[in-house]
Amino acid sequence: MTANGSRVFVSGNDAVALGVRLARPHVIAAYPITPQTAVVERLAEMVEDGSLRTEYLHVESEHSALSACIGASAVGARTFTATSSQGLLYMVECMHYASGGRFPVVMMNANRSLALPWNIYNDQRDSLSQLDSGWIQVYVEDAQEALDMIIQAFAIAENEKVLTPVMVNLDGFVLTHTYELVEVPTQEAVDRFLPPFKTTNKMSFEAPKNMAFTATPAHYTEFKFQQHQAILDAATVIADVDHSFGEQLGRYYGGLLDAYRVEDAEFVLITLGSVTGTARVVVDQLRAEGRKVGVIKLRYLRPFPVEELRSLTRNAWALGVLEKNISIGYEGTVFTNVRSALSQNGTTQEILNFVAGLGGRDISRGDIAQMFERLSSVATTHPANRVIFVNLGVETA
Amino acid sequence: MSRHTVRPPFQPKHIADFPCGTCDEAGHLVETLSSWRTSTPEVNLQLCTGCLRCYLLCPEGMIVKKNGKVAIEFDFCKGCGICAHECRSDAIRMIARRE
Repeated sequence: MTANGSRVFVSGNDAVALGVRLARPHVIAAYPITPQTAVVERLAEMVEDGSLRTEYLHVESEHSALSACIGASAVGARTFTATSSQGLLYMVECMHYASGGRFPVVMMNANRSLALPWNIYNDQRDSLSQLDSGWIQVYVEDAQEALDMIIQAFAIAENEKVLTPVMVNLDGFVLTHTYELVEVPTQEAVDRFLPPFKTTNKMSFEAPKNMAFTATPAHYTEFKFQQHQAILDAATVIADVDHSFGEQLGRYYGGLLDAYRVEDAEFVLITLGSVTGTARVVVDQLRAEGRKVGVIKLRYLRPFPVEELRSLTRNAWALGVLEKNISIGYEGTVFTNVRSALSQNGTTQEILNFVAGLGGRDISRGDIAQMFERLSSVATTHPANRVIFVNLGVETA
Repeated sequence: MSRHTVRPPFQPKHIADFPCGTCDEAGHLVETLSSWRTSTPEVNLQLCTGCLRCYLLCPEGMIVKKNGKVAIEFDFCKGCGICAHECRSDAIRMIARRE
């Protein structure tokens, strides 16, 4: 493929930095935090060696990092930031400013657990706690998808029908710190795919604007409706952007979700992020034994792939949602979203919630095989407890 | 002193009448703001010397020059009473009333 200039052996973090350089942001403002640190280090090195021409702002916090991106976006600049975990939570106030102001900032988030207990390892409770922030959220599975999605994220965020910030999520360590062969597109190919950001939603001397203003109860709801509609409309834009990326750069990711061997599957596991690779291996093993199983990777959680999920799971007997998350005191948030989407399937499918991988605990092939085992046993019975903490190390009864 | 321009209230009929997010034409106000005024300044023109101390000190810019004296506008007057307190001729007094 001529669109790809070189093939490199890099980490997920490196891949993100390479994607950012190709997207030519005018402004980068980020504060380092484990396990995202290498992204800001690589970008700083690129600025120093002259291969990335951008205004790289050193800020004193994540709150400032996103604020700086918002300010730059308000004059029409393409902006990027990156964070993780506690840093993401420190940005939360600004996240609503970015989405409400329709500033198409792109952020990389390295998924990491939240304190307390203090823990730097991977789960997805940081970003999943921010599903209501008005950002588009995509979860990538490997370093190649990370690089490609940074480029796609700008195309989606800056689309005039969308004008909404995008968060690209990578599993901390599992993906940010593991090395893979990655195809790096040429600058020319990316420039063709991603033209410079143009918007009328900006401050300029020629057309001064009143930005980030107040709305009273008389008008506030309509602004929120507009944001809601923009993310719903983003579903089509995401599909189009993914298709043209596939045509121009040779890789297509399936839009809002990716389905693996689900056509005739009786038992389907729903995943997000890097654990999907392990789940596919287990699906292949079980298929070899004659079991009809499949896996659906949710790529986007906002917009949520309601129709796609519904049609793919219509004939499944039982479904499992595997997430590195728990909305403490209820159930996993992904599970809540999936159940809401599937409630109109008109079937009595049993859906189980597998809460696993919290604080970096490994999810093994054996764990996933057991999840499928459990799904086949609940297809006919209806358990009282649908929320299962996988691999609890101790007895609880 | 240039006065605030208050445009007639924004009355959108369709969602497309709204700007995309909080980004719209600058340089004007969309509504007045004085709803929490509980007392209202009144100028006694017999006592007013036209010194313009109140004009300079009004935090809302609601005092205007008129025929060598002052007059008060009320679109943004919060009834703070600074004008009455600062007047050296006791020409302004606050009348307790809600409008």
